[in-house]
Amino acid sequence: MSSDPLLEEIPLYEPKAGRSWSQRLHVDMPLLIGLLLLSTVAFVVLYSAGGQKIEMVFRQAGRLALALGIMVVIAQIHPRHLRLYAPVLYLFGVVLLAAVLIIGETSLGATRWLNLGVVRFQPSEMVKLTMPMMIAWFLASQPMPPALRHVLVAGTLIIVPTLMIAKQPDLGTALLVFAAGWAVLFLAGLGWNYILALVVLGGSMMPVLWHFMHGYQRDRVLMFLNPESDALGRGYHIIQSKIAIGSGGIYGKGWLHGTQSHLDFLPEPSTDFVFAVLAEEFGLLGCASLLAIYLFIMARCFYIVVQAQDKFSRLLSGALTVTFFVYVFVNIGMVIGILPVVGVPLPMISYGGTSMVTLLAGFGILMSIQTHRKLLPPLESQ
Amino acid sequence: MMNLDFNEKDRFFENKVFLNRIVACVLFINIATVGLLVRLIYLQVVGHSHYSSLAQDNRVKISPLPPTRGMIIDRNGEVLANNYPTYSLEVFLDRVPDIDTTLSELKSLLNLSDDEIDRFNTLRRRHKGFEAIPLRIQLSEEEIALFSVRMPHFPGVEVQRRMLRTYPYGELTAHVVGYVGRISEAELQKLDPSIYSGTYHIGKSGVEKAYEDVLHGKAGYEEMETNVQGRSISVLGRTEPQAGADLYLSIDIRMQKIAQDALREYRGAVVAIEPATGHILAMASNPSFDPNPFVQGISRDQFAVLQNSPDRPLYNRVLRGIYPPGSTVKPFMALAGLEFGQITLGKRVGCPGFFRLPGSDHRYRDWKKSGHGSVDLRLAITQSCDVYFYQLALRLGVDRMNQYMRKFGFGEKTGVDMDGEKAGIYPSTEWKQKARKSAWFPGESLIAGIGQGYVQATPLQLARATAILANKGRVIVPRVVDHMKAPPDTENPFPLQKTENIPIPPVYWRAVVDAMVDVVHSGRGTAKGIGGGLNYHIAGKTGTAQVFSVGQGQSYKSMRVKAQLKDHAWFIAFAPAEAPRIAIAVIVENGGHGGSVAAPIARNVIQYYMKGH
Repeated sequence: MSSDPLLEEIPLYEPKAGRSWSQRLHVDMPLLIGLLLLSTVAFVVLYSAGGQKIEMVFRQAGRLALALGIMVVIAQIHPRHLRLYAPVLYLFGVVLLAAVLIIGETSLGATRWLNLGVVRFQPSEMVKLTMPMMIAWFLASQPMPPALRHVLVAGTLIIVPTLMIAKQPDLGTALLVFAAGWAVLFLAGLGWNYILALVVLGGSMMPVLWHFMHGYQRDRVLMFLNPESDALGRGYHIIQSKIAIGSGGIYGKGWLHGTQSHLDFLPEPSTDFVFAVLAEEFGLLGCASLLAIYLFIMARCFYIVVQAQDKFSRLLSGALTVTFFVYVFVNIGMVIGILPVVGVPLPMISYGGTSMVTLLAGFGILMSIQTHRKLLPPLESQ
Repeated sequence: MMNLDFNEKDRFFENKVFLNRIVACVLFINIATVGLLVRLIYLQVVGHSHYSSLAQDNRVKISPLPPTRGMIIDRNGEVLANNYPTYSLEVFLDRVPDIDTTLSELKSLLNLSDDEIDRFNTLRRRHKGFEAIPLRIQLSEEEIALFSVRMPHFPGVEVQRRMLRTYPYGELTAHVVGYVGRISEAELQKLDPSIYSGTYHIGKSGVEKAYEDVLHGKAGYEEMETNVQGRSISVLGRTEPQAGADLYLSIDIRMQKIAQDALREYRGAVVAIEPATGHILAMASNPSFDPNPFVQGISRDQFAVLQNSPDRPLYNRVLRGIYPPGSTVKPFMALAGLEFGQITLGKRVGCPGFFRLPGSDHRYRDWKKSGHGSVDLRLAITQSCDVYFYQLALRLGVDRMNQYMRKFGFGEKTGVDMDGEKAGIYPSTEWKQKARKSAWFPGESLIAGIGQGYVQATPLQLARATAILANKGRVIVPRVVDHMKAPPDTENPFPLQKTENIPIPPVYWRAVVDAMVDVVHSGRGTAKGIGGGLNYHIAGKTGTAQVFSVGQGQSYKSMRVKAQLKDHAWFIAFAPAEAPRIAIAVIVENGGHGGSVAAPIARNVIQYYMKGH
């Protein structure tokens, strides 16, 4: 890695002894506590949303354990290694996406999976991480703010996998991958004039995008614009979700007493619409508490971002934090009816293992960045 | 590239750019989070009541529990109208994805007739809310099995258990008890849905119609928690239906059968009343019909046959048949004459076989061409001398006749506790002025005096008048329902009105009744054929109602007149004459002479009653 002359004058100190188990494990305690808090909420809500089947909670706990393991493993990897392998991982991801489009497994009308014999693997999930790594790798070696040609290169690096994922079709993941890439560009100081130009360009591209959209994607946008137009058809999910949330009131109907979810009115109560279950049973107070936990986690993330000691780490950790918020915002926004329905799970709460593994892997990177910092040596050793 | 990293100034600048962007991100996240919170507050605080009620609607379906209709029971405890459980095929429209396909598939599966489909479509058009619409009311066991196997193919179509009305005595009670039928569109407009939810039938005629409110009861409700498919998951609450009241009729079904059987060969009617109470013991109208097909919905063809029959089986002659009462009015006329002092008991009138108004050539004929000779009141009634009553009518004038006859209920509705009775007509000068826009002629009084011309009465009116006579002037209102087993606060739909009794001096009453006993029991009586073998006296009066008016100079030869134009035969009576317990009126359409056709029918009924008591 780059040797910083300023810092080299003062010998950097990487303490080896006298550290707690969490430091030795490269685990960031506040972040871990926040994540475990979220998981506790998840178990409580999932028990109710899944029809009070305790096995379901156990299965999710098993996945959490696995994902935490992966997080800890990744936290051991030094950020400079992450930077080193970023291009390779990115390319690997793109190749896998190409493989999906050619030989992928189709399920529910979408081709997203690669069958690896033992497990089915979703390469787009991996790209959620390799994308910000790649862009951070590329921009870390350029001056900030990035010049136009660097922006164009980064833009190409972003748009290719995004389109490949959108083609599957998986609009939600494509959006998140796209957001992860642009988050890096934004943090690297992408000029506001570029941003404005992009927004205008994006807006003018809308009709073209509309043309290329799948029927169901168009439906979703239309439904979002006017859900009541087809109350028993496609707008049904949004309406029922709003009824669940609204009927929850300030204090909620009480745990296990949500009627919308328990009587099957709510679509996918344990996955995409799990927030509606929480809102129905725990009310506005429950929703605000969940948002508070998310904010706490993000606050800690920003602390790590600001403390990060090199450009790659800063850009990567910043982008991961921003994408984490985008996940939360897109999911909740969809459930409460201010965004179109895109299949984005609620981070750490929705039932399912894939997105949790990706998320916790991301937190593993953050923890690695936080715990591999070179600290100033204690005063007496200077 | 690396050189830049060495540049402290650039480093500082990059730091600044990066921190600015972090601040921008934090700002964005905070604004977005506040945005989420605002939206949540909008949904959960502002919109809470709105969404709560939507959630409640989602989850709770109210299904009506129809009440069990009250039974109708005769005075001996025989059940005349009952309910039996049946299974019907019903459609919940809001759960059927494609009604046309469903209908055509069900049609081939269960052999639904076009009638059934048509009726279903009619019901469908006025369908409201979540209520089920019956497709077939009575399913056979095979049909239930056939459907049950295929039930998953028909979402929203269910087999429901229902109570169906049945009339065990069929034709015998069709006119009294009436029947229930499908609620019509017009009826639906007037019904209170909170009482009639889930009810498909309503009383259409007879007691079923008159006492509908009492018989029906009140619908209950079941609040069902349902899932998104509308399937019931659990019962949240239940309001029990309030069963209808059982009605106990004063009708004696065995007497009814005797009356109906006696009428079997004729078109006609029989009404028997208990004078003391006004309770109707029997009320037969022939021909009758089987009311049971009406319950399930009679087919158009079947109905057309009944509707178009020249014998008019659907027509309740007891309440709605209006006939000239003929000579049956004579005992009442006699009382009117005595009351107004126009005759005395001993006064005799010469009867040459006709009557002529002073200064007119027109002959008002007596039924007996040769005349009755010199007759007093008793003989005039016994032999039914027309001339005697022509003279009496002339003396009384139509308005005094009207005044007196109305007290016995002529020209007035009887107030019976059934719907649809006719008031008949008893004319007056005022009435003629109004109805016919012309003056009253004295000759018309004569005709009215023997119960012809404008005078028209129903069998029930005559039976009631006879009962009032039997009561020595105590006025009663006929009743078909004796009592009901209903909650104490139930309102009787037919409260008894206060009536004014007719003061009849006992001497006059005795005289008239003696004459009526002679009608049956003396050798000169017009109904002497029925007097034999009785250990009590029947007081009666025959009557003949002209259907066909005989012109001047013509002679009425019953043999030559077509059957449809033959006179109607009347007989009114009460027994025992000394202490009356039953009063009766019989009419036989085109029966000819009252004494030979109507009187024996009355005798059979009276004899049954007297033997049993």
